[in-house]
Amino acid sequence: MITGFVALYIFMLAAFTGYEIIGRVPAILHTPLMSGSNFVHGIVLVGAMVALGHADGFWETLIGFIGVILAAGNAVGGYVVTERMLDMFKSSKD
Amino acid sequence: MSFWEFTVDASYFIAAVLFIVGLKRMGSPRTAKSGIKWAGIGMVLATVVTLWHPAMEAGFFRYVLMLLAIGIGGAGAWYTGKKVEMTAMPQMVALYNGMGGGAAAAIALVEMYSGSAFHHGATVLTLAVVGALIGGVSFSGSLIAWAKLEGKMKKTIRLPGQQMINGGVALLTVILGIWIIASSGSAPVLVTIFFLLSLAFGVLLTNPIGGADMPVVISMYNAFTGLAVAFEGFVLGNAAMIIAGTVVGAAGTLLTLLMANGMNRSISNVLFAGFGVDDGAEAEGPEGEMKSVEAFDAAASFAYSDSLIIVPGYGLAVAQAQHKLWEFVQMLQKEHDVDVKFAIHPVAGRMPGHMNVLLAEAGVPYDLIFDLEEINAEFPNADAALVIGANDVVNPAARTDESSPIYGMPILDVDKARECYVVKRGKGTGFSGVQNALFFGDNTRMVFGDAKQVCTDLANGLKQI
Repeated sequence: MITGFVALYIFMLAAFTGYEIIGRVPAILHTPLMSGSNFVHGIVLVGAMVALGHADGFWETLIGFIGVILAAGNAVGGYVVTERMLDMFKSSKD
Repeated sequence: MSFWEFTVDASYFIAAVLFIVGLKRMGSPRTAKSGIKWAGIGMVLATVVTLWHPAMEAGFFRYVLMLLAIGIGGAGAWYTGKKVEMTAMPQMVALYNGMGGGAAAAIALVEMYSGSAFHHGATVLTLAVVGALIGGVSFSGSLIAWAKLEGKMKKTIRLPGQQMINGGVALLTVILGIWIIASSGSAPVLVTIFFLLSLAFGVLLTNPIGGADMPVVISMYNAFTGLAVAFEGFVLGNAAMIIAGTVVGAAGTLLTLLMANGMNRSISNVLFAGFGVDDGAEAEGPEGEMKSVEAFDAAASFAYSDSLIIVPGYGLAVAQAQHKLWEFVQMLQKEHDVDVKFAIHPVAGRMPGHMNVLLAEAGVPYDLIFDLEEINAEFPNADAALVIGANDVVNPAARTDESSPIYGMPILDVDKARECYVVKRGKGTGFSGVQNALFFGDNTRMVFGDAKQVCTDLANGLKQI
């Protein structure tokens, strides 16, 4: 378990990282970067798997099952559209 | 620490590093393509090792369910993601994002129903509750955004006293959330009502927001889902979720602010102001005669220009005119030696950077595309400007008319070009409901018609010269 100030430190450092990553990005990449970050929060899939993995009874299992479907959709869909968009960008010097 | 505990934790660490490096690489056009692949490797690694996560209870049936769910969600998203048109990309991103929010909320629900969220103290419980709320709002709100952009919800319904109702539902949700935290015992009924209220709040919040404000809304919900994932990561003690979710939450918040700045409005103004609503008052605006010309005349004028700056807007996306436009531009470049640049307003389209994606799809190299700050100084020296399907973002009233609702919004100074041509479907006003002074300018010529048809006519016009 990650607790107390350790958790707070992780949170703070990760927040700064996110801010710095997008801070100086040219506007042409706003869409791919947004859909890329949309893909990255698809990591919720591992949490949904764990939740389904220890769910008990019908309702918990059903909600966990739906959670994994949604999370897998987020991760896979996020990846596919980001890759498609990035593939289109080219320079006239290429 | 057992072997699998170590392997899972180590893999999550590597995945978190890959996500951050991947996102960083996505920040520059040269490295962007490899960036998404790095992040993708991290995701596959994290997902596969999770099958051996120590918190998993054994059971064949459980694993079958898990793989089945991944198969259903993954295959559905793969298929839709491959098929979706670039024009429809904003709603697709909104949909995938909403699914992530829904998944975060589902985690919170399972943890609260099973009671395990109640065993680790008030902090963890609070994070579970807040994560469920944000995730639920992001889920239902993104679905509404998707439905609106997809054209499944034609009318923007504004209830009388919308703000009161929204405020009431928000207050009720928060009170119930505090109650759950204070009761510190598993209460399935309370949790269910709380979750349904958070869904209702997402619907109520998003419903009154119009299409042109969607870039702000979509990137806001992206940040929401990120935060919800981070909070549920705390609940599960999952560092990969905490780091990835927080990074996305912070990046998404910044992007949301950039979008709102692009319209010179605050986030709360976007969410609550009901911008662009006809409140009965007759919109006062510039009057006069619009000077309309045929596409052929416009083509002739562009052919004899040295420099042309094109401003695309959502109308270009709706008409799917990007390919025809690029065909025309290539003729101008090759046969008439015109220096053509594209100028893109930060909030053009329905998603941050939407226009860039559409132009890239048509094959326009990114070094011909410029941001507002980069290009605005060039308009006074440009022989011609061509506005296609954009309206409010080129309205000079934003600079000059203090009484205008869009006063102060940064605009592209197309009116400063020697000649300005505007391609427009009809004579109506833009999203803001404001009449555009540009259309009545001395050096402005209107070309009425569907953007795709006009671009075709422009190309045909060039061939006759």
